[in-house]
Amino acid sequence: MSNGDPLLEVSHLVKHFPIKSGILLEREVARVHAVDDVSLTLHEGETLGLVGESGCGKSTLCRAILQLIRPTAGSVKFQGEELVGRSRKELQPLRREMQMIFQDPFASLNPRKRVGQIVGDPLRLHGLASGDALKRRVQELLDRVGLSGEHYNRFPHEFSGGQRQRIGIARALALQPKLIIADEPVSALDVSIQAQIINLLEDLQDEFGLAYVFVAHDLGVVRHVSDRVAVMYLGKIVETSPGAGLYERPIHPYSTALLSAVPIPDPEENREREPLVLDGDVPSPVDPPSGCRFHTRCPWATDVCSELEPPLVNYGSGRLAACHHPLNLKRGALSKATISEESPAGAADALPSEPGKADLPVGA
Amino acid sequence: MSPRATASGPLLSVKDLEVGFATEDGLLKAVDGVSFELARGEVLGIVGESGCGKSVTAQTVMGLTRSSNARISGSVEFNGADLIEASDDDLRKVRGESIAMIFQDPMTSLNPVYKVGKQIAEQILAHRDVSDKEARDRAIELLRDVGIPHPERRIDDYPYEYSGGMRQRAMVAMALSLEPEVLIADEPTTALDVTIQAQILTLIEQLNRDRDLAVVLITHDLGVVAEVADRVQVMYAGQVVERGTLDEIFYDPQHPYTWGLLGSLTRLDRPRPKRLPQIAGQPPSLLSPPGGCRFRPRCPHAFEQCAELPSLEGRLGKRSEHADRCWLQPKEKESRRSVDGRIGLGAPAA
Amino acid sequence: MGRFIAKRLVGMVGVLFAISVIVFLIFNVIPNSDPAARIAGKNADAELIARVNDDLGLNDPLPVQYVTLMKEIFTGQLTSYSSDLNVDEQIREGIPATMSLCIGAAIIWMAFAIVFGYLSAVRAGGKLDTMLTVLALIGISLPVFWLAAILLYYLSFRVQLFPTGGYVPLTEDPAQWAYHLLLPWITLAVLFIGFYSRLLRSSMLDVMNEDYVRTARAKGLSERQVRTRHVLRNSLIPIVTLFGLDFGAVVGGGAILTETVFNINGVGLYAGEAIGSLDLPPLMAVTMFGAFFIVLFNTIVDILYAYLDPRIRLGSSAV
Repeated sequence: MSNGDPLLEVSHLVKHFPIKSGILLEREVARVHAVDDVSLTLHEGETLGLVGESGCGKSTLCRAILQLIRPTAGSVKFQGEELVGRSRKELQPLRREMQMIFQDPFASLNPRKRVGQIVGDPLRLHGLASGDALKRRVQELLDRVGLSGEHYNRFPHEFSGGQRQRIGIARALALQPKLIIADEPVSALDVSIQAQIINLLEDLQDEFGLAYVFVAHDLGVVRHVSDRVAVMYLGKIVETSPGAGLYERPIHPYSTALLSAVPIPDPEENREREPLVLDGDVPSPVDPPSGCRFHTRCPWATDVCSELEPPLVNYGSGRLAACHHPLNLKRGALSKATISEESPAGAADALPSEPGKADLPVGA
Repeated sequence: MSPRATASGPLLSVKDLEVGFATEDGLLKAVDGVSFELARGEVLGIVGESGCGKSVTAQTVMGLTRSSNARISGSVEFNGADLIEASDDDLRKVRGESIAMIFQDPMTSLNPVYKVGKQIAEQILAHRDVSDKEARDRAIELLRDVGIPHPERRIDDYPYEYSGGMRQRAMVAMALSLEPEVLIADEPTTALDVTIQAQILTLIEQLNRDRDLAVVLITHDLGVVAEVADRVQVMYAGQVVERGTLDEIFYDPQHPYTWGLLGSLTRLDRPRPKRLPQIAGQPPSLLSPPGGCRFRPRCPHAFEQCAELPSLEGRLGKRSEHADRCWLQPKEKESRRSVDGRIGLGAPAA
Repeated sequence: MGRFIAKRLVGMVGVLFAISVIVFLIFNVIPNSDPAARIAGKNADAELIARVNDDLGLNDPLPVQYVTLMKEIFTGQLTSYSSDLNVDEQIREGIPATMSLCIGAAIIWMAFAIVFGYLSAVRAGGKLDTMLTVLALIGISLPVFWLAAILLYYLSFRVQLFPTGGYVPLTEDPAQWAYHLLLPWITLAVLFIGFYSRLLRSSMLDVMNEDYVRTARAKGLSERQVRTRHVLRNSLIPIVTLFGLDFGAVVGGGAILTETVFNINGVGLYAGEAIGSLDLPPLMAVTMFGAFFIVLFNTIVDILYAYLDPRIRLGSSAV
């Protein structure tokens, strides 16, 4: 099955939300730069983790990939077929192969429908099963996600948060998709339940060869599930790396800061380390900073950072980062680096001249 | 970490606290016999998952759970005065003045229709005989203390004009306005992004260090606890299942639920396991909790004796406050937990 | 804020225009509404009807008729088909009485609604709450004309405590003014007291569960401060919205029944008569008058709402 072609190929995807104002005629006065020239690829059976803080555009990106909202520009190819610009009807057959799991298991299930209906509806609507066959299939699905066939006639409110998330997963699985986009699927759950759901998602991936785009703000969860991780900041991808690489030697200062901010559940290590605490808040996506969007909060920033947008540079072994002063690079990595095809159109075309100093004293 | 002051007994002492709520389906016992002491300048972490009773415990200390359908018993002593039996008026004098509280969601914890400065000044005016101008000046000073830039301007903003992190800072400023002795922080960073969480935790640590402020930190996040707490108590289904110093809980945990919690974390500081150790099943209903040990239905180590509820007591035979509710022999626990989770891996026992 | 108000005012003009067109068209299609036939009398011949039609400009195309009518309304030259009286003057004469009735009733209804709603919410589930609930339900269920008739019969005919109707201008004799209006005020207010007190009660119960109310308690505010500054103030936001709409509706036509029963010479009574005789000019003018108030109060409410809830002010802020 698996060949060289990616399952999902997103290139230079842009989603801006206009802000309108006016007395008689509304005209656009500003735009929210929610997703700004983002490219990513995903292969069959692979998990891409997408991390970033609230407002970084990760949820918008997910919805724009699935065409739940229309992208402003760019392309999304699924199994080689272009999705952008297709009508609702033309998207219908491809929708079966791409499913979504949501954060809030309380809000994403219709409270007036029974579990059997919720899970069975996709099958019925696509005309894939009916009658007894439908019921059997739904019961199989419920079994598979760790619920029981007896739950068929119950309502969502009778279930706990973790169980509801299982229902959501069963619904997403019903059409045997190839791709599941999971938007913060475990953020609303307790730790012990989180582990159950993460394990379930991994088992399902092995069994059905699913590819995941796994969105989360919890870096630990993302590391655990992802093959590759993309870090977003204010609508841009600032770094993409294989999981291990990102967590051990982050290139972008924002990745470094994010990792450093995660509290470590180990008292000794906590006493020893001096976390890098970023100042201030994420700037508004309505009027993002010039040059590198992170320069307003970056302890390593220099003049060039506010003037030129750094290109997304390929440092080899699948590691891409957009920074004028990349950190944690191996000797010689800079000389072999090239500008990636995924680099945003507006970015500078000069490679970083020298690596940044990882041990910059912070706390000023 | 701040030294634990032991000068004149505990600042806050909770004994056998029970809180039940009458519901249509019966009595929901949210807190079932919780006791703890808090010394001056100490940070106590209360850890547990949703519904374990940690927030209800904290709110009951402040008398915030008082209502016609609440059944509260036990004692809460603050500086020797009982707060459970206290009149509403006496309690009101303690709230904000001696014990202050910040909450999980800074978005909803500030009243959207009043300016931030006014909400801070309101607390000062409720307790002190000062002019509006003095209260306002104090509010500006407080906002500056907690790191709000341009406080003399931002004081006239409405809460919606603040970011999430700034709102939590404003809540902290409000809590500090009367220089309380105890700060109860109920999941203060859960709704915030990691980089903002780091800012707020640093702020709480600073206040604890610089002002000798005692803190009760309620959280579900063991990482947060490890960062700021001196002592920890772990709650499950309305009861404390384990209590000890930070190191005792993290490096020598005694209760299988604590093992499960530590084990199911996705940790950045450890090698990635093939499969996450998980705790099976769901937490029990508090309307009809299981007999015996409450964790028994989910515990992989349960045996006959667990049908009887173990008391919370020191079982290690040493002069330590490390206590737990588990019948297993300490020796047996050591061997079981290393198989069960990834406890103590790579770090020395304290 | 200036833009916001300007935007609302432009919208208001649009809505009024649409309403006037719709009323005009409806009048022209309802059966039996041909004014010429009625003015000319029962045995009029075709010629007479034609002459009347011509006099009234009814032979012009509809758009021309509409423009003429509107021009007359705004220049104050509109006269009634049936009585030859100037319509604008009639309405202007009715305004003091209608306003006295409506404003007085509104003050009574809001004052009682706030007191009853507040007490109900604070004592939710208690005896007082149950009693107020029953009273509110009775108030909501009483038909206005029936209540008016009962009050008149018992308090004016049987006991003769109150006058049986009529209106005394405020400038003439304030005491008599209030004395004459007391029963109409009560009649008009009862329904709203019931409705608004229930609304405030549920709004307050919702707000009591808000996190910021818990914060207010944790600050050490007294229970009364918590209830008035935080609970009541925030609960009133939805109520004020509705009040604006309802007040506009009462002035704009809701007082017709009360004015009719108590024989108050207001705009409502005039409207009632115009409806009875299918007289287009006054009907049109009264409708515009009513619509104007409804739309005006809608606008005031929006502006007031922005004042009460600062989050509205910026409107289209970033996601």
